[in-house]
Amino acid sequence: MVAQADPSNAALSRLSSLHFSVVLLVVSALLMIAHSMGVLPAWLVRLPEAVIPPTAEVLDVVFAFVQNDLGLIHVTRSIAAGLEYLLDATGNILYGKNRFPYLNRVSFLFIESLGPIPWSAVAAGMAVLGFWLGGWRMAILAGGTFVWTAMIGQWDIAMQTMSVLIVAAPIAFLIGLMLGIAAWQWRWVDNAIKPILSVLQTLPFFTYLLPAVIFFKVGPTAAAVATIIYAIPPMILMTTLGLQKVSPDIVEAGKMSGCTRWQMLTRVYIPAARTEILVGVNQVIMLCLAMVVLTAFIGMPGLGAKLLAMMNSFKLGRSFEIGVTIVLLAITLDRLSKAWVVKQPKHWERETPWWERHFLLLLGLGAFAAFYIISQFQTFEILNEVGRKQSWSKGREIDRWIKGVLEIDSIQAVTGWLRWFLNVKVLIPFRNALLWVPTPALIMMVVALAYWLGGRKPAIYAAVFFGIVALSGWWDRSVITLYTVISAVTISMLLGIPMGIMASGNKRLANWVLLTCDSAQTFPSFIYLIPAIMLFGVNDVAVVFSIVIFTMVPLTRYTIEGLRAVPLEMTEAADMSGANALQKLVSVRLPLALPTMAVGFNQAIMFAFFMVIIAAFIGTQDLGQELQRTLAGTDLGKNIVLGINVSLMALTFDMAILEWAKRRKKALGLG
Amino acid sequence: MTEAAPVISAKNVWKLFGPNPKSYLGSMEPNRSFEDIRKDGYIAGVKDVSIDVGRGEMLVIMGLSGSGKSTLVRCFCRLHEITGGTIEVEGQDIMSLGQKELIDLRRRKMGMVFQSFGLLPHRTVLENVAFPLEMRGQERHTRRERALEVIELVGLAGREDYFPRELSGGQQQRVGIARSLVIEPDIWFLDEPFSALDPLIRREMQDEFLRLQGILGKTVVFITHDFDEALRLADRIAIMKDGAVEQCATPGEIVMNPATEYVQKFTEDIDKARVVTVGALARASAHTAAADGNALDSEATIQGLARQLINDTRAFMPVQDKGGALLGTIKRQDALDLLLGAEG
Repeated sequence: MVAQADPSNAALSRLSSLHFSVVLLVVSALLMIAHSMGVLPAWLVRLPEAVIPPTAEVLDVVFAFVQNDLGLIHVTRSIAAGLEYLLDATGNILYGKNRFPYLNRVSFLFIESLGPIPWSAVAAGMAVLGFWLGGWRMAILAGGTFVWTAMIGQWDIAMQTMSVLIVAAPIAFLIGLMLGIAAWQWRWVDNAIKPILSVLQTLPFFTYLLPAVIFFKVGPTAAAVATIIYAIPPMILMTTLGLQKVSPDIVEAGKMSGCTRWQMLTRVYIPAARTEILVGVNQVIMLCLAMVVLTAFIGMPGLGAKLLAMMNSFKLGRSFEIGVTIVLLAITLDRLSKAWVVKQPKHWERETPWWERHFLLLLGLGAFAAFYIISQFQTFEILNEVGRKQSWSKGREIDRWIKGVLEIDSIQAVTGWLRWFLNVKVLIPFRNALLWVPTPALIMMVVALAYWLGGRKPAIYAAVFFGIVALSGWWDRSVITLYTVISAVTISMLLGIPMGIMASGNKRLANWVLLTCDSAQTFPSFIYLIPAIMLFGVNDVAVVFSIVIFTMVPLTRYTIEGLRAVPLEMTEAADMSGANALQKLVSVRLPLALPTMAVGFNQAIMFAFFMVIIAAFIGTQDLGQELQRTLAGTDLGKNIVLGINVSLMALTFDMAILEWAKRRKKALGLG
Repeated sequence: MTEAAPVISAKNVWKLFGPNPKSYLGSMEPNRSFEDIRKDGYIAGVKDVSIDVGRGEMLVIMGLSGSGKSTLVRCFCRLHEITGGTIEVEGQDIMSLGQKELIDLRRRKMGMVFQSFGLLPHRTVLENVAFPLEMRGQERHTRRERALEVIELVGLAGREDYFPRELSGGQQQRVGIARSLVIEPDIWFLDEPFSALDPLIRREMQDEFLRLQGILGKTVVFITHDFDEALRLADRIAIMKDGAVEQCATPGEIVMNPATEYVQKFTEDIDKARVVTVGALARASAHTAAADGNALDSEATIQGLARQLINDTRAFMPVQDKGGALLGTIKRQDALDLLLGAEG
């Protein structure tokens, strides 16, 4: 309602913003016309090689200097040694294999000698934990996940993954918590951290990997470092948010109780911000899992590596089974940690005996110990380890089945036609068109879009960011990345938004779709490649397809949430004005839901930038491909330049869209 | 008002919110109004307030939201740093206290109750109540004993192990009250303690509060936006508007002689006979010596004595205080006018 206060002014500014965008578009159109007539000088089509600064080389020199001359490598190597020690310990406990020679170091963690823990003991312990957190359903989910993992014959690789996760997640939590507190306490820390966080959150994961490898040794250690860095940002944000939200009454009550500053922090603020901090924990765990799986690209053994190997050799059955395991683990970890968020302490009646108060703890320990002991006997060997022959894996059968299904004529006709249509009629022409556009014209179009959406600030950033991309020397690759993102998100919108609109009409369906989206969002992105490869094989369509399913999740979800949040009295007013369902949707519900939907759209674009890089694995020609190539060597400079390019493009859209959503919400008075 | 030195003494207290309040206040011309100050880009939370609170007195600060009453009480306990003036608590200038001394003052002398309770959600009733004791490092056993004592006092015995969310609003505020009393404070601040409660519960809590205060006899600063509540509880009421105190007097005086138009508006709909005491109407006059017979209790309200005033036909009646000393006489007609409304 704010905008209505001065309609003439608002309209005027709207007009002038359009005006500027139109000017930019006209100039870029002129450039394109000139280009098509062949009169545009070459240096306006693409920046000449000569003006492109040798950023990667300079960075390499800087890194070499920091790494060797300043001795950063010694610092990181000693951190690596400490991490490695922890990883060895968890590795020994969980699957009992020393990854590295492990002879002359005396372990003071005596529990290491208990490893490897029998799978049945872990499953029993997790089931009781699940029961404590969320009753029977959680117990079955948690216990069942671990039983499945063991029975399908993936226990060891799953535990390799988990051994990194249980080191990385607590460290990421602690660092995130401390930085979050610092950012909340001191304004300058907040100011310093914010831009770094937004870059970190859009940086493609390959860019985390190479520095980790160079500074921290190949394998689990580098995997742990990359995972930790990847998982820290949301923890910082949630901590700061939680601390800021503590109600002033509680703060003042603490002060009037005579708390010192330290007591305020530890006894008042942090406990009162419990919910947000635990939500942060949930995100840390989920991001750690997603990243640990992806670290397969730098030689981290475990579920990810196995999945990568299976997909490489096109063993789709086994890939599918590993996918199921990863999904189950993700759902279990997500649900358990979310149950922890909402779990409220319960009071006991006076005189309740000690054992009754701690019944579930005792039960869990008891079950754990019982299964541990039983599985030591020969007869119950299977409770300790599931052998190759005993596992339920049906990899080959599934392979055959998938092949059979895909060979059914009608299905093949559909996928074949889709592949042909998308490739020949849509994707390749679009890509060629984008590649044909002269660099300055494309930049101007992006700036015009940013200005139209978000006004001056996003437009300036768009110009600067895309300018840097042009100067990086990777323009064509960047354009291909952009093309993939735009095509995938467009297709995703055509599917996801109607789906959201349909689902929002029915409360039960909407809840069900939201729950599905919730679960799908917790899956490590890697998973989405499996169906894409299954259906379309290895080509551009599979890449786009995997991005489409990945990005449909936020699009559908925010469409439903936006439509649902439309105030009831507005739809009622529309009803009483005699609007039919379609009129109501177009003139009332959609306009009001649009700001929320824009947030989903933004998330979809961020997800797409993330996924397009992973899809390099299928074989693309964009930045991701180059990035993946750098992993094999030590091209740190090039790796960073490529990563920053992706990040800058993503940030441009992020700023413009979120600014638009913010303004729109304000204009609609939606708070 | 007691004759002994005041417990809290505020002199020309200012609290301004804005970019650079101290220097603004230093250079401000005198007699600028709330609106003038706002035009300069500052909000006067507290505007030149001088007020004393005597030992054992219950001062109620009354005002609508945004009148600065909560700000003022937060200045008394230095949850806010004041911009100008002085505040002394038991003769000690609290603005001169270091961080440690301030914490010590709060740990020993002050208790506070908050509008939305301010309970720590992860602690049981017992742990919430014992919190201030824990902060000052009291040993576990003694703080438990003491907390149980106060929980009993506020009528929550048996609920020690409940968590705040398991209690009703009224019960939660009882926990807040218990917590504020656990350190045996000399000064008790209550910031709209009953505003978040349902009307029926509010009434009940007011009775409970009067009962407790009857036992404890603390120095109380009580904030409310509810004029009835103020009349019911106060020894003295300070009515605030735009950061300044409009009038500070006993309930009877405020009702009988509102100092400003603003105060007048509050008193219009009040049944004065319920508020005004016989003492407030008593005058020393020529009739005093002549009056004889039963003396009236100076602290009783006119309404409380309604029946007697109607039946007793003496034109003038003597009034005496608790000690039995004669204060003066009241004219029956005055009292009846107040009770029934003036004729014509």
